[in-house]
Amino acid sequence: MLVYVVKRIALMIPTLFGAAVLVFVLMRAIPGDACMLRMATGGGSIDPHVLEACHAELGTDQPMLVQFLAFMKGLLTLDFGKSQWSGRPIMHEVGLRFQLSLQVAIMATLTAILIAIPLGTISAVRQNTWIDYVVRSFSIAGVALPSFWLGILIILGILITSKALWGSPWMPPITYVPIWVDPVTNLSMLIWPALATGYRYSAVATRMTRSAMLEVLREDYVRTARAKGLFHKLIVRRHALRNALLPVVTVIGIEFAFLMGGLVVTEQVFNLNGLGKLFVESVQNHDYNMTQALVMMVVGIFAITNLAIDILYGWLDPRIRYR
Amino acid sequence: MATPMATVTRPAASAAEEAPPRPSWLGALWQFCRQNPLGAVGGIVVIIMIGMAAFADVVTFYDPTRNNFGAMLEPPSTDYWLGTDQFGRDLYSRIVHGARTALLVGFVSAFVGGTVGLILGVASAHFGGRLDLILLGIMDVLMAFPLIILALAMVSIFGTGRFNVIMAITIPFIPRCARVVRSSALAVREMPYIDAARACGFSHARIVMRHMVPNVFAPYLVVTTAAVGQAILLEASLSFLGLGVQEPVPAWGLMLRGGAQDFAESAPWVAVFPGIAISLAVFGFNLFGDALRDWLDPKMKI
Amino acid sequence: MDMRRWTPSLLALAALAIVPFASSQIEAQTPKRGGILKYVVPGEFPTMDGHRENTFALIHPLAPFYSVLIRVDPDNPNSGTYVCDLCTEMPEPADGGKTYTFKIRKGVKFHDGTGLTAKDVEASFQRIIFPPTGVLSSRVAQFTMVDSVTAPDDETLVFKLKYPSGAFIPALATPYNFIYSKAKLDADQHWYEKNVMGSGPFIFEEWQPGAFVKGKRNPDYYHPGKPYLDGYEAIIAKTQTLRVQAIRGDQAATEFRGIPPKARDDLVAALGKDITVQESDWNCVLILSPNHKAKPFDDPRVRRALSLALDRWQGSKDLSRISIVKAVGGIVFPGHPLAATKEELEQIAGYWPDINKSRAEAKRLLKEAGVPDLKFTLTNRSVDQPYTIVGTWMIDQWKQVGITVEQKVEADGPFYESLKAGKFEVGLEFNCQSVVNPLVDVSKFRPDAGDQYSQIEGKDLVKLHEAMNRTADVAEQRRLMRQYEKLILDEQANNFVTLWWYRIIAHRSYMKGWKITPSHYLNQDLSGVWIDK
Repeated sequence: MLVYVVKRIALMIPTLFGAAVLVFVLMRAIPGDACMLRMATGGGSIDPHVLEACHAELGTDQPMLVQFLAFMKGLLTLDFGKSQWSGRPIMHEVGLRFQLSLQVAIMATLTAILIAIPLGTISAVRQNTWIDYVVRSFSIAGVALPSFWLGILIILGILITSKALWGSPWMPPITYVPIWVDPVTNLSMLIWPALATGYRYSAVATRMTRSAMLEVLREDYVRTARAKGLFHKLIVRRHALRNALLPVVTVIGIEFAFLMGGLVVTEQVFNLNGLGKLFVESVQNHDYNMTQALVMMVVGIFAITNLAIDILYGWLDPRIRYR
Repeated sequence: MATPMATVTRPAASAAEEAPPRPSWLGALWQFCRQNPLGAVGGIVVIIMIGMAAFADVVTFYDPTRNNFGAMLEPPSTDYWLGTDQFGRDLYSRIVHGARTALLVGFVSAFVGGTVGLILGVASAHFGGRLDLILLGIMDVLMAFPLIILALAMVSIFGTGRFNVIMAITIPFIPRCARVVRSSALAVREMPYIDAARACGFSHARIVMRHMVPNVFAPYLVVTTAAVGQAILLEASLSFLGLGVQEPVPAWGLMLRGGAQDFAESAPWVAVFPGIAISLAVFGFNLFGDALRDWLDPKMKI
Repeated sequence: MDMRRWTPSLLALAALAIVPFASSQIEAQTPKRGGILKYVVPGEFPTMDGHRENTFALIHPLAPFYSVLIRVDPDNPNSGTYVCDLCTEMPEPADGGKTYTFKIRKGVKFHDGTGLTAKDVEASFQRIIFPPTGVLSSRVAQFTMVDSVTAPDDETLVFKLKYPSGAFIPALATPYNFIYSKAKLDADQHWYEKNVMGSGPFIFEEWQPGAFVKGKRNPDYYHPGKPYLDGYEAIIAKTQTLRVQAIRGDQAATEFRGIPPKARDDLVAALGKDITVQESDWNCVLILSPNHKAKPFDDPRVRRALSLALDRWQGSKDLSRISIVKAVGGIVFPGHPLAATKEELEQIAGYWPDINKSRAEAKRLLKEAGVPDLKFTLTNRSVDQPYTIVGTWMIDQWKQVGITVEQKVEADGPFYESLKAGKFEVGLEFNCQSVVNPLVDVSKFRPDAGDQYSQIEGKDLVKLHEAMNRTADVAEQRRLMRQYEKLILDEQANNFVTLWWYRIIAHRSYMKGWKITPSHYLNQDLSGVWIDK
């Protein structure tokens, strides 16, 4: 087992390295740079000396190889340096947003699980009945409804309903407070984006639960259980569901990793200061250091989640042996 | 959509119970609808969308970009079936023409991305060895990025506008298709007829194009169809963020930006109909894609 | 002392007394202490240095941390009078209008406890007027009349001018002229780009990038009794809908930039007496700038056609219903004595009363220039109100004379990068000024202005503008202004004015002590604002 984990971690290295090269090249392929940008938004014409000094300060005057090595060094020591835009340490800037993004990702994943597993199971058990069709339509609708549209409708709905109920419109908070500081404010802000994204991300998991359940329900041991006269519900719950969970865990895990950095649109609609927004802004600001750090983080989370899923597999299904 | 379906052989035709003999493709269609009522619904939506896009000029009565402040924010009526927006533009015309933008972006990026993926996937499987390893590595790296993030990075490089958005969406799709195709192609590679072809001394190009590609066409088609829906949604998201198609080009995501939100309450039609159009299109393509997968390749996992 | 000896202030006074109107009754209550004011800000500052930035997104969250030398009268911001903030008395110019001596308040403290003296004020204005190499100042051009600034002792500050100028005092009152600590500047001229440390009514507490700026009350503030608030929270919210929703749901008391008429109506409908609306003409205008180095816009006929195709008079009626633009005007803030009258405007291409004649002329010019079916890209800012709205309207207007236009919308940074690098065909940008002072405000149209992006040539413009600035005779100023305007908008067709903005602020009725001005830069230090709950 340990050998397997070590091997897997070793296999992550080329992926991470590839991602590092990719983001490094992509960022520099974007026309313009942070210094030009700073000069551009301020007044006056651009003084070439100032531009030069700025490049020296940010280190963007160095040869590409030197810049890349510095990035690699930062990656190994987990110190990505300072944001080339705000001038603040990257770990500080990311830390601010990480809490929020992590919490939304966890809440959305929980929502997705709570929707997907019961619905997927029902859908499989009642395959090709109207219940199945309704459930499948409902879950596909989750993917089809654009998250920004859903967000707009949710906020408007809250404003109108609250006015109808209490006479004055209520709106979810728009600044983040950590959950341990003020759980009420925190949850009343984050529950809405979590529901919206959770519903959205439940679609794939529901489908996966359904098809995995269908497969399992055809397996011999379920038939045996049925032949032994066990109640249908008990069979589903105790025998089938547990074994069907494996692929479901996979998709949920992968989506969790994507939720950490991929909620660009939802964050905009709900004014969340999360990692997705930070990513968009740092790309727009030509903030190489920040973008590189963020991408490596998202890719890293993705790789680690994949590993965790594989380990979880062994735990859920003792038939799987790691070599 | 009907043509490629006919070229694919159905695995294990289980339905001999259909009595009246029909032309084979009609029979296949009937089978498909019976077994997948949801897929049929999806198919109908897809056909309607394609029709809207193709005949946009015929079925609408107004120029979708022409301002007419005299008829600003009109509710739906016999003159303006879905009402008008804040520039007095006919929403029905804009939505129908928006289908053109959506499907153009959707189909082009899905099929170009899918086809490049197909070529890479098959080549990777066929040649194996170092090429396979490198390609697989690159695909893994690209797959580790959330779709929207990669698309945003591409938009930053290429800029906004219709053509650039197509490029930005196409590129992230390539690895997704290549991965699926490659795994199917690996299985095909071991088939005896490929060995036979090799023994005949056929060229790589001939083996790949004549023997491998047709046999991985099913997964290719499934991935690509699913990608159309995703691409439509992605285009809408980018346009909504202001990073995609720009005014006054009619595009659904763009129609939900700015004004539509401001007027969502007092003129709900401005915000409701474009949202429905996006949802319906993506819904249709997803249902259709799901059904296509169940039908062509029930074991496939994407 | 006589406030009115500077002509521009007199002009401003005349203009502004008529322009703004506030639907709220001017409250006569005594202000209450306490409370935290929350408001939304539509953008975020690129750096924290007021001397270099041009954006309200810096003023709204950061102005309350700083003192300035002089400012518009906060109790009467539309009167066109200037009062002291850090000085003790508005000075009488000496030496034929060429020397201004300010006395600086005693006992003012920076938030770090160090004392503020005339040396700090001097260092700050040195940095604004004569920035050292490597330091960017946005307002060098406003101070071209200044010869030197010195602080002979800790309480005295002397400005020596090259020539008497009515534009000097308004330039001093620009709200971006924060007073920085000399000690900090001496240590690092760039320190203020990333840090805050002033002597204003509020003390910097926290900036969470992308989220908010927080300030708390400065107990040692030198204006007695002020500020009234315990603190404030400026929340960054980039989508307009969300900002209006936040006001509606009371997550924010207001937004200080301006909202479109529709949002105002929705808020009033939803909140009734809980919302107060203040409105004013706005010293901001969208400028259409063709790039004279990009073909075919090197041809003045093509440029003129661009302007002739726009039906400004009808556009004003239509767009004022959905956008924050309203008044038709030339290069001068409409309503100001120096502004063109309607009759004068109607003589300028693009303002003709008969739009059909205007469009026919546009088509004729395009044909003559050999581009009857002109196609180009309009580079615009990715801000809906009013940029993309007006852009979309213009594209439709141009279509009616056979011009096909694609809109390219960019985030602020790339947008200015394109403009400054000359990588655009036609750009839609703005001229927004704080203190209404047309003599300075129209400097944007000079070929040597820092924010002139059209790559124009024209020494005649520089000469006219300088002559205008040096004369004290209003009639002469007006005459020169007309010539200058006609040259820019019509004869040379350099840059075009589209529509002037209209400022609507809707705030929660519990927010008191804030008065609208024609500029979203002015009067934002919040020292007089209080909460009545």
